[in-house]
Amino acid sequence: MKTFRIGGIHPTDHKLSANIPIETVALPKQAIVPLSQHIGAPAQPIVEKGDHVKVGQVIAAANGFVSVNVHAPISGVVTKIDTALDAWGLPMPSIFIDAEEDGDEWLETIDRTPDLNRIYKLTGKEIIKKIQDAGIVGLGGACFPTHVKLSPPPGSKVEVLIINAVECEPYLTCDHQLMLERGEEIFIGISLLMRALEIEHAIVGIENNKKDAIELFQKIANRHFGIEICPLKLRYPQGGEKQLIDATIGRQVPSGALPIAVGAVVQNVATVYAVYEAVQKNKPLIDRVMTVTGESVTRRGNYLVRFGTPLADVIAQAGGIPENTGKIIAGGPMMGRAMSNVNMPAHKRTSGILIMTEAESVRREPVNCMRCGKCVEACPMGLEPFLLVRQAEMRLWDDMEQNAIMDCIECGCCLYSCPSNRPLLDYVRMGKATVGGIIRTRATQK
Amino acid sequence: MKNLIISPAPHAHNNDTVQKTMLNVLIALVPAYLVSLYFFGLGALIVSLTAVISCVLFEYLIQRFLLKGKNSIVDLSSVVTGLLLAFNLPSNLPLWMIIIGALVAIGIGKMSFGGLGNNPFNPALVGRVFLLISFPVEMTAWPRPMNNWNIFSSYIDAETAATPLAMLKGHFGELPNTMDLLLGNMGGSLGEVSAIALIIGGLYLIIRKVISWHIPVSILGTVAIFTAILHAANPELYASADIHLLTGGLMLGAIFMATDYATSPMNGKAQLFYGIGIGFITVIIRTFGAYPEGVSFAILIMNGVTPLLNHYIKPKRFGEKVKAQKVTK
Repeated sequence: MKTFRIGGIHPTDHKLSANIPIETVALPKQAIVPLSQHIGAPAQPIVEKGDHVKVGQVIAAANGFVSVNVHAPISGVVTKIDTALDAWGLPMPSIFIDAEEDGDEWLETIDRTPDLNRIYKLTGKEIIKKIQDAGIVGLGGACFPTHVKLSPPPGSKVEVLIINAVECEPYLTCDHQLMLERGEEIFIGISLLMRALEIEHAIVGIENNKKDAIELFQKIANRHFGIEICPLKLRYPQGGEKQLIDATIGRQVPSGALPIAVGAVVQNVATVYAVYEAVQKNKPLIDRVMTVTGESVTRRGNYLVRFGTPLADVIAQAGGIPENTGKIIAGGPMMGRAMSNVNMPAHKRTSGILIMTEAESVRREPVNCMRCGKCVEACPMGLEPFLLVRQAEMRLWDDMEQNAIMDCIECGCCLYSCPSNRPLLDYVRMGKATVGGIIRTRATQK
Repeated sequence: MKNLIISPAPHAHNNDTVQKTMLNVLIALVPAYLVSLYFFGLGALIVSLTAVISCVLFEYLIQRFLLKGKNSIVDLSSVVTGLLLAFNLPSNLPLWMIIIGALVAIGIGKMSFGGLGNNPFNPALVGRVFLLISFPVEMTAWPRPMNNWNIFSSYIDAETAATPLAMLKGHFGELPNTMDLLLGNMGGSLGEVSAIALIIGGLYLIIRKVISWHIPVSILGTVAIFTAILHAANPELYASADIHLLTGGLMLGAIFMATDYATSPMNGKAQLFYGIGIGFITVIIRTFGAYPEGVSFAILIMNGVTPLLNHYIKPKRFGEKVKAQKVTK
């Protein structure tokens, strides 16, 4: 079975919420919709205080090419356009919508029937335009606008579309469940993306711990042209873009380059489903499936959440915050961020909520580095974390740049496998920020 | 709501600790230790207990009164150093010499550099080589393995025997047969005699991912190839590869001493060069040098080269070399 070639670890996968059917979360009384739920310029509000909006209506327009529209997730009245605070205390300019009646009055143009739509009538260009208008971004976590990835720079040639159905983060199961429940839709979405990219070959990479999904997808793939299923050996961080390309087609994206350099475009499986909904059902990206999980969570599962719903409401539906909670993490345990509160609204970036008990939340005291080299062995980018840390401590920024610190994907394998529990990634992240700043300054001075 | 804990990712850990690593090394040393108790009886017990207790005690005292740092003996690394030091000593060495060896190993070899992970040379080997140079007579008089179980005489007036390597150097005595070599029925230091027991320990370490195969395989491979060539050139003068592989401290050195984390390179590629260096120097000393045994010196020399290897031989970076490969249809 295939996998990537350098480094990697085997964390216990803790897929506690696997095979739990997707449940819809109740609509909130008030939705807070951030203008920047993507990488790139924040969207420009096109509604004003007092405007009535329907579900799916554009409330903020894309501001430039690397930007996408933002849509109303509930129907109601715009009460203010103001700054909300995210879970880390940082300001997020947002549109506040108060629900009117049940808050679920949709635009008439949106097809809300569950019927499959297999009719392909749009050209590639039209599909890409539709994807941007529908506000679709990469739902794997990076939130990079999808239409930009579908528009390769002139001179580059796309050979293959790789669908990221790996879900290598422990605990998270939302992509897995989506694949089981919306398999046909995802395949239509893949065909649409192949049409947009003008290619005839797509590979779906699925890790081996999702045998039912592999089986189902293999069955559906027989009925579709050019889509190949690639089961992958369980290994973290296989869902990293560069690792997935290496695992599926055996090519390594060079340092600093994009996947297009080796002829590949990677899209997350949840993104593909959003593409299906946008193109075939005319439904913009206003909700997503997210996992709410943890050893102590009573109603853990996979929840379909309308954006703008406070995470507290989502957790409440999953049984509330348990008494012995130590950490609440947005995302998975390897790359997710620990939140200071749960008042933040759900948006395109929130792929899951992991609640950890106090006992699980403790980081052991670091002791001397014994130079065992476990971090070097684990690093999927072939870096030397122990060395980068020493250099960060000594502020040797030039040396860090030479040792390719900018290649670090912050997957956390080094810290995960350090017997001395050194804060390796913390220092690397700090060094990366500084070196990145130096590189940008140098570029502007030239 | 009460305060939540905030910390950067990752929020998971594989729960490996220094202590668990050292415990695994100790477990891996058990088979060889049992063999030495069987062959050397009470002597093995006295020597190993003295070495371990004094190593732990010296680390504790130095940490407590000189470095004034956090108590570090719980990580078990000084127990490993003590046991490895004992493994490198004859089983009838006077106790005061063992205590001096432990003081040099822990005091000079390890703590003077700041404790675990900071020492450039393998502490147990620093102790052993110090003793070898200071007390050459006592350090090279190895008791003969006991064939009858007279426990009490084994430490006090054990009959001594030359090691197979010393026999080779002086061309005297009859070499033990291969079976005895494998099992360890020959003269030698406490823990080095049984190749089979050491290999079992080595496999355990590799399976538990405490060490990788790179260092032991490259050392043993180099010694095997180099000595086979010499033997083929002149069988009268040079012993065959199996004699070299199974005698002296080679197995112990290749599996337990050279793989010491702090003093060996940190990536597989550099570890191969390190192992080849040790194998090469070992054979040079054994066949052309004045000492019958060269593993300790070879490892210490390559310990000194380790920072250079770490600096010049880097792990293979992702995307360094793009393989031109067609997309599989």
